[in-house]
Amino acid sequence: MSEVAEKVKNIVIDHLGVDADKVVLEASFIEDLGADSLDTVELVMAFEEAFGVEIPDDAAETILTVGDAVKFLEKATA
Amino acid sequence: MRRVVITGLGMVTPLGCGVEQNWAAIKAGKSGIRRIESFPVDDIACQIAGLIPRGDGTNGTFNPDLAMDPKDQRKVDDFIIFALEAARQAVEDSGWKPTDYDDQVRSGVLVGSGIGGINGIVEAGYTLRDKGPRRVSPFFIPGRLINLTAGYISIAHGYKGPNSSVVTACSTGSHAIGDAARLIANDEADVMIAGGSESPVCRISLAGFASMKALCFAFNDRPEQGSRPYDRDRDGFVMGEGAGVVVVEELEHAKKRGATIYGEIVGYGMSGDAYHITAPSEDGDGAYRCMKAALRHAKISPDEIGYVNAHGTSTMADGIEVGAVERLFGDAARDLAMSSTKSMTGHLLGAAGAIEAIYTTLAVRDGVLPPTINLDNPNVETSIDLVPHKAKEKKLRYALSNSFGFGGTNASLIVKAFEG
Repeated sequence: MSEVAEKVKNIVIDHLGVDADKVVLEASFIEDLGADSLDTVELVMAFEEAFGVEIPDDAAETILTVGDAVKFLEKATA
Repeated sequence: MRRVVITGLGMVTPLGCGVEQNWAAIKAGKSGIRRIESFPVDDIACQIAGLIPRGDGTNGTFNPDLAMDPKDQRKVDDFIIFALEAARQAVEDSGWKPTDYDDQVRSGVLVGSGIGGINGIVEAGYTLRDKGPRRVSPFFIPGRLINLTAGYISIAHGYKGPNSSVVTACSTGSHAIGDAARLIANDEADVMIAGGSESPVCRISLAGFASMKALCFAFNDRPEQGSRPYDRDRDGFVMGEGAGVVVVEELEHAKKRGATIYGEIVGYGMSGDAYHITAPSEDGDGAYRCMKAALRHAKISPDEIGYVNAHGTSTMADGIEVGAVERLFGDAARDLAMSSTKSMTGHLLGAAGAIEAIYTTLAVRDGVLPPTINLDNPNVETSIDLVPHKAKEKKLRYALSNSFGFGGTNASLIVKAFEG
């Protein structure tokens, strides 16, 4: 797992209070990890804070899974 | 008129988590006031408060994880967690957990708070100033709104009936219980979860109340002696944190399901001072009319009341309340007992009326008068027994609980021993 993926995973575990083994790349925040729409907004904020990037609203709407977040952040911080 | 009884009790206060834990501490005359150590208070004149004993949930300690999923706790201010804990106990105690839709829509929640998530508002203000609007959490609003006590409780217990909150400063808890009882009497619900919650122990509210010179400054080195209503050395109120919640229910509904009935709510009075934003009038007119309205509602005369749980905050207003009670009770004041349980808990603001309604209910149930501790040298002359230092036994049929709030908002509740 890349450094970005590891960091994303820890943020998700921390914010959603889920078991680490559930936080796989395919996991959907809402469908699989029990997040609601407010949780996803907060997650995006946490990603922005942790990675020092800005995630515009239209981009945030496409981040639905752990993998989506990793992909976006790897690109944004490359 | 439909009759309203109390079938469930729940509380978390500086005297502990749980009703019997609290009642044992009250009867023993214990103080829940301690020095504040969880944040800096060196620059604040009042450095003591009534603080909930936290722990793993055993021995009367408060374990927030029993009330709310740990991952959700950081989304809300403590007053919501306290309310959820008190409601959890009350619902468990009453045994009313509606699952049928028809039962759920006749079961409601009316829980309020005086100042709600004031600390979270300050924190979010810093975030806004230092990091900008895009860093303000989406949970900032729903974790601070006062009616989210009622919202979270309804979600936890499936109560889909009337859902509301009261915000009347230090009268909140009494108004919430009275209003909930009225909804049941008016056939708008059969069961209501009702009460108040407060988490005021933070720098901003200490600073605000300290600026008003309302808080106790002189007992930072002797916290347990800080709350001393009617005493010569009283020096202002001591803030406390916690929540009190009751389940109130229509009598026949409670009987039909064999619920334990603690007492009956027979009187509810309200009044407004229309005088000053924070001070009561010298003649205690607002308090007098409020108690009178409750007696009228209960259709009883003052001499039938055996005990008054006073608002008694350990401030200049104590004597004004005593005067109002004397005026209303006349000769009957000689046989009256009145105490301030705030001498032990501190002043829980929006939760005060709710926890005091519970103590009043237990006083009636057990025939025990809670004491006013720290009452070493009374500074009020009265024939009323202020129950100094030690609890007493006295058979009670009716008891009255007073709450008065900033803005000149007053509430009195009358609880009657359940007689079938």
